[in-house]
Amino acid sequence: MYTTELQSHQDKPTAVADTEVEALTDAFEARVAADEFIEPNDWMPEAYRRTLVRQISQHAHSEVVGMLPEGNWISRAPSLRRKAVLLAKVQDEGGHGLYLYAAAETLGTSREEMIQALHSGRAKYSTIFNYPTLTWADIGAIGWLVDGAAIMNQVPLQRTSYGPYARAMVRVCKEESFHQRQGYEIMMAMANGTPEQHDMAQDALNRWWWPSLMMFGPTDDNSPNTEQSMRWRIKRETNDEIRQRFVDVTVPQADALGLKIPDAALKWNAERKQYDFGEIDWSEFWAVVKGEGPVAKERIKARVDAWKNGAWVREAAAAHAAKQNPIKKVA
Amino acid sequence: MDKASRNEWPLWEVFIRSKGGLAHKHVGSVHASDEKLAIRHARDTYTRRSEGVSIWVVQSSQITASDPAQSGPMFEPAESKIYRHPTFYKIPDNVKNI
Repeated sequence: MYTTELQSHQDKPTAVADTEVEALTDAFEARVAADEFIEPNDWMPEAYRRTLVRQISQHAHSEVVGMLPEGNWISRAPSLRRKAVLLAKVQDEGGHGLYLYAAAETLGTSREEMIQALHSGRAKYSTIFNYPTLTWADIGAIGWLVDGAAIMNQVPLQRTSYGPYARAMVRVCKEESFHQRQGYEIMMAMANGTPEQHDMAQDALNRWWWPSLMMFGPTDDNSPNTEQSMRWRIKRETNDEIRQRFVDVTVPQADALGLKIPDAALKWNAERKQYDFGEIDWSEFWAVVKGEGPVAKERIKARVDAWKNGAWVREAAAAHAAKQNPIKKVA
Repeated sequence: MDKASRNEWPLWEVFIRSKGGLAHKHVGSVHASDEKLAIRHARDTYTRRSEGVSIWVVQSSQITASDPAQSGPMFEPAESKIYRHPTFYKIPDNVKNI
């Protein structure tokens, strides 16, 4: 994905005059408006670069942290088939994180910096992963709702203006559908199982529904960056548009399971041909963003522990490489 | 712009042949300590669903790229030579198979 290291080959002027920046900015805006893709070594405004680094790295962190709530259940999956499926899904999430880190690195940030930002708690990731996974039905609900919401968010991003991000999204979207379908299959098994299993499925839906709706971010009138990001084609649709689409496709899926969405205000609006739904509790959302989710500390601790426990492997690999290729430059 | 630190494994560009008869195509990059691990990482990252039958990796720092800011002048010689395209030549309609 064209790399940070390519940049060092070029003798780019370090300081450009203001008038030149203006001309470059105009040319950039025109390219983006014409739906052209921007590639790593193309000139881009610093704010565009910063916004992308923030968005892509947050996205990458979300994939990586997203492995944790599900990873908890690998050893407790109810059958070998479910276990193999869950392992494959969690491995995909790791892969998605890697595609995205690589895309962010093309903008001049390093993998190490991003990982440090995550481990120190400075970096944000999707609030959804700061909720606990209490029962096996939660694994079904996550695949169905959380991955379902992620697909809604990611499909438009396949046309995002930054080439490496768009290409990573194409790859991610191809793999994501399996995640959602295996989750829904778990929900089907639970919803059609014993009364206790049915109750577990309903309970999981009750707990994951609202956090899933929050995954699309604040409402449009509370999302100050949306306008700029839409103009730069970093975002292709607003938070509320995508959230509405998610509600509209998900409600019939819940009906098919015989489960009830926990929203008294949810009602088909024949005029709009869309569902009306209740008010989201944004105070909860902002609390979780600030790291007050039920298991926020546990998540980062698990991540840091995994990193520390893997240190000897990284060191051994580096030592081996140095021994094999004493002349070859490492890094 | 921040450079990758010394502790970080070098970056490798990954190229995959999706099936026999097709050329290797760039698919992305991985960090790895050496070429063998780069191939392993590339396999796990980019071919989890039988996307390939062969992988190439090359250390990213070994790639020399043209400067996109200079792409105008760089590719101008081709732009101006339209006579390299078959449609440049007018052949009467009644002449076939040409």
